[in-house]
Amino acid sequence: MTETPINGLGSSMKRKEDVRFIQGKGRYIEDINIPGQIWMDIVRSPYAHAKIKNIDTTAAAKIPGVLGFITGKDLDKYGLAWMPTLMSDKQMVLPIDTVKYQAQEVVAVLATDRYSAADGVAAVVVDYEPLPVVVDPFKALLPGATKVRDDKESNHIWHWETGDREATDAIIKTAHTVVREKIYIPRIHVASIETCGCVAQWDSINKHLTMYMTTQAPHVIRTVIALVTGHLGLSEENIRVVSPDIGGGFGGKVPVYPGYVIAIAASVLLGKPVKWIEDRSENLQADSFARDYHMDAELAADKDGRITALRIKTIADHGYTDASANPSKYPAGMFSVCTGSYDYATAFTEADAAYTNKPPGGVAYRCSFRVTEAVHAIERMVDIMAHERGEDPADFRFRNFIKKEQFPYKSALGWEFDSGDYHKALRLAMDMIGYEDLRKEQLEKRARGELMGIGISSFTEIVGAGPSKDFDILGIKMFDSAEIRIHPTGKAIARFGTKSQGQGHETTYAQIIAQELGIPAEHIKIEEGDTDTAPYGLGTYASRSTPTAGAAAAMSARKIREKARKIAAHLLEAAEEDLVWDTNKFYVKGTPGKSKTIQELAFAAYTNYPQGMEAGLENSFYYDPPNLTFPFGSYICVVDIDRGTGKVAIRRFVAIDDCGTRINPMIIEGQVHGGLTMGFAPAMMEQMQYDENGNLYGGTLMDYLVPTAVESPRWEVGETTTPSPHHPIGAKGVGESPTVGAPPAFVNAVVDAMWHLGVRHIDIPMTPDKVWGLLKKHGAALEE
Amino acid sequence: MSTHNVTISINGTPVSANVPARLLLVHFIRENAGQTGTHCGCDTTSCGACTVQINGTPVKSCTVLTVQADGAELTTVEGLANKDGSLHALQEGFTSCHGLHCGFCTPGMLMTSAALIKENPDPTEDEIRWGISGNLCRCTGYNNIVKSVQYAAAKLRGVDPSTVVDVPSLRK
Ligand code: FES
Ligand code: FES
Repeated sequence: MTETPINGLGSSMKRKEDVRFIQGKGRYIEDINIPGQIWMDIVRSPYAHAKIKNIDTTAAAKIPGVLGFITGKDLDKYGLAWMPTLMSDKQMVLPIDTVKYQAQEVVAVLATDRYSAADGVAAVVVDYEPLPVVVDPFKALLPGATKVRDDKESNHIWHWETGDREATDAIIKTAHTVVREKIYIPRIHVASIETCGCVAQWDSINKHLTMYMTTQAPHVIRTVIALVTGHLGLSEENIRVVSPDIGGGFGGKVPVYPGYVIAIAASVLLGKPVKWIEDRSENLQADSFARDYHMDAELAADKDGRITALRIKTIADHGYTDASANPSKYPAGMFSVCTGSYDYATAFTEADAAYTNKPPGGVAYRCSFRVTEAVHAIERMVDIMAHERGEDPADFRFRNFIKKEQFPYKSALGWEFDSGDYHKALRLAMDMIGYEDLRKEQLEKRARGELMGIGISSFTEIVGAGPSKDFDILGIKMFDSAEIRIHPTGKAIARFGTKSQGQGHETTYAQIIAQELGIPAEHIKIEEGDTDTAPYGLGTYASRSTPTAGAAAAMSARKIREKARKIAAHLLEAAEEDLVWDTNKFYVKGTPGKSKTIQELAFAAYTNYPQGMEAGLENSFYYDPPNLTFPFGSYICVVDIDRGTGKVAIRRFVAIDDCGTRINPMIIEGQVHGGLTMGFAPAMMEQMQYDENGNLYGGTLMDYLVPTAVESPRWEVGETTTPSPHHPIGAKGVGESPTVGAPPAFVNAVVDAMWHLGVRHIDIPMTPDKVWGLLKKHGAALEE
Repeated sequence: MSTHNVTISINGTPVSANVPARLLLVHFIRENAGQTGTHCGCDTTSCGACTVQINGTPVKSCTVLTVQADGAELTTVEGLANKDGSLHALQEGFTSCHGLHCGFCTPGMLMTSAALIKENPDPTEDEIRWGISGNLCRCTGYNNIVKSVQYAAAKLRGVDPSTVVDVPSLRK
């Protein structure tokens, strides 16, 4: 028999979770059925703003199978018509008298099965009186604008600023070169292939709630449920939240949607388990959006082409409530990473958030809190500055990059970038793509009237939230946890406060522990998502799992190893300090033959441990990161533009990512591919657009364009490895870097192809009609 | 609502039921037959997560009424493995080439590509991309799904997959 490999750090072992997924044995929310369950479906508003004059359920009540209804007035009796958002705002569960966005939940229908529930929804008659609609955040902030919220003074939600306003203004006023651009990052939607849903099971005898739901943060949800329903007698020990296999999250499964809360109320009121599965249109129309940032950016440089200051002013459209999911102190997330990969001392950024009659959100879309917006701004501005100076954008970047020896680097807006080697990553990307040759080709093509562009993005990410001194959600510090138990036969189970949605935690966490303890990863079972069994944690989003829970895994394993050392000393009759750890065993210094493997030590932990020692071999560890981690990379995109149609062909895309120590290269490569594709999607195709009445144009997958295999580019990936100095294994997180870094590479390439025509900027998505419009405006469109 | 008796063979096992005329096939497979490997991501023919094979042809089962499939032979992901219980070359390909992350699109991807390589044992990359273009994946970016299909096609042709696709798990 061959020995099972340990598969520690750096092994591209196949994923352990795949075994069930490829055989149709995943267990997603819709696969969970509880005997006696009933179904819930939801009547939604066709208007973006309207008074509810009457709700008539008479006809619906007569439909066979329909069991009952829940309205805002019903919930109000229990103080549940509104719920708090994570940003200390409030959100309707069901409206009492007014709806604030199209597709808002109005009435829940309960029925014996999903078809009867849908029939019931179709038969409920709601009488609305339309009210004036506010869709434009700029107009929303004008004095005298129609108010979206009756309980607020105006449509202005918050103002946030950071940096040195006066110093920045002064530099920009007198700088040798200043470039300015208005950049809009449109509203988009994560559109995970699995929609959201839940099964709420209330047990009235034991006053116990089991809540199966699509959530990226089950523990926080449990606490939120306890806080919101405490006055009704629900107590946290009697609330069990289970997050089963999740069919993609990307940030869209962080919020508490009204449907979850209504399902709980319905289960309590009707005394039956209640199942609710959104359909695709509900998911696209009503679940949290991402982005929607209107940025006005200015970048200053001296005569030698050194950046001297950055100023960005943002208007953030939040919909009718601030229901984003940022750490409490950071209403605009980590936007202040917007100074980018460059060395300059002065910056100022401010943002104002507005209420509009649109769905709430402002969550991630496979990115850390508002980092994509920040990266887009700086990477666009740097490119515009380079072009303005008539300089190659690569040269401009090399001159301005923070140098390797400057790390840890204090950024102008106060972050401590932990590590980096930006020159190396960009040089590698240029070598891989053959940059200098491409520039030659571009000149030849341009002489022939052909449009080819090369775009660079050299981004710095900020992930792994976060250190307890600054980071919390609802006051709960943003640590994360691991609990490891070693069984007598030397196998293990480990549980975590995070929750994979496809990232491969069952494999990578096992590899971290395997590295530390020498137990084959195959024999380390990983569990997450059940709040009854897993240690408390803040969940998986913002690329925080490896930086926080991954660190907890390593630290917990090291504690276990220290206990194993004591047992080894006892068994080998040696002093603890004379024992040396090697891969999977302790040996006596100078006598490698005298050793005990982790398996032998595990057995002894239950059968032959020193007098006075506690039996067993287990540990749980709550990891409070000392700093965030700062993954980075350099991407280069080559495009060819069809002057007849405005179509942009992505010819090549090289991506160099540095996520620190690499746990499973295969999984990292896969995450990079997926992240790049979710960078490509909003750059080229996706946008949620609303008309002036607040009607959404793209509420189905027919018109909200998620890329297929045909549009998706072929990615060429590579890496540099700069370990994080403060993370126990040096890892930084990677799932989102590409989504953050890729969009400006596409835009920079397209603008690069057309700069000589006079094109300075183009907002995403760069659809053919938009590009063709620019070509036409600048006299370069080919027409019959 | 009229109801009808149907008998549909699912992975070789006949399943009979009296079903409403409007029952979608995907719900029959998942709820009447209890085979939950077939997923539903949109129920509007957009995502392909519900793809099964009806008499060998890949079909989006959210867009077929159960009564339309009366008497048909269905294959779902649960019936994809080889007769001897070993994994189908595609299942092996998807895990070797990391062709899945969350796994939600995977059953549909597998059923579509199984039909694809049966009809075209040596597809080009473009043929694979067009062939799976009715199946959305939000996680992977498709590059590794394409490789997974190439892996399986090679294996079924008797070619060593590692000579055809370059993925970290196969690098020596
Ligand atoms: S569920 Fe059938 S195509 Fe999406
Ligand atoms: S693996 Fe998640 S949708 Fe394809």
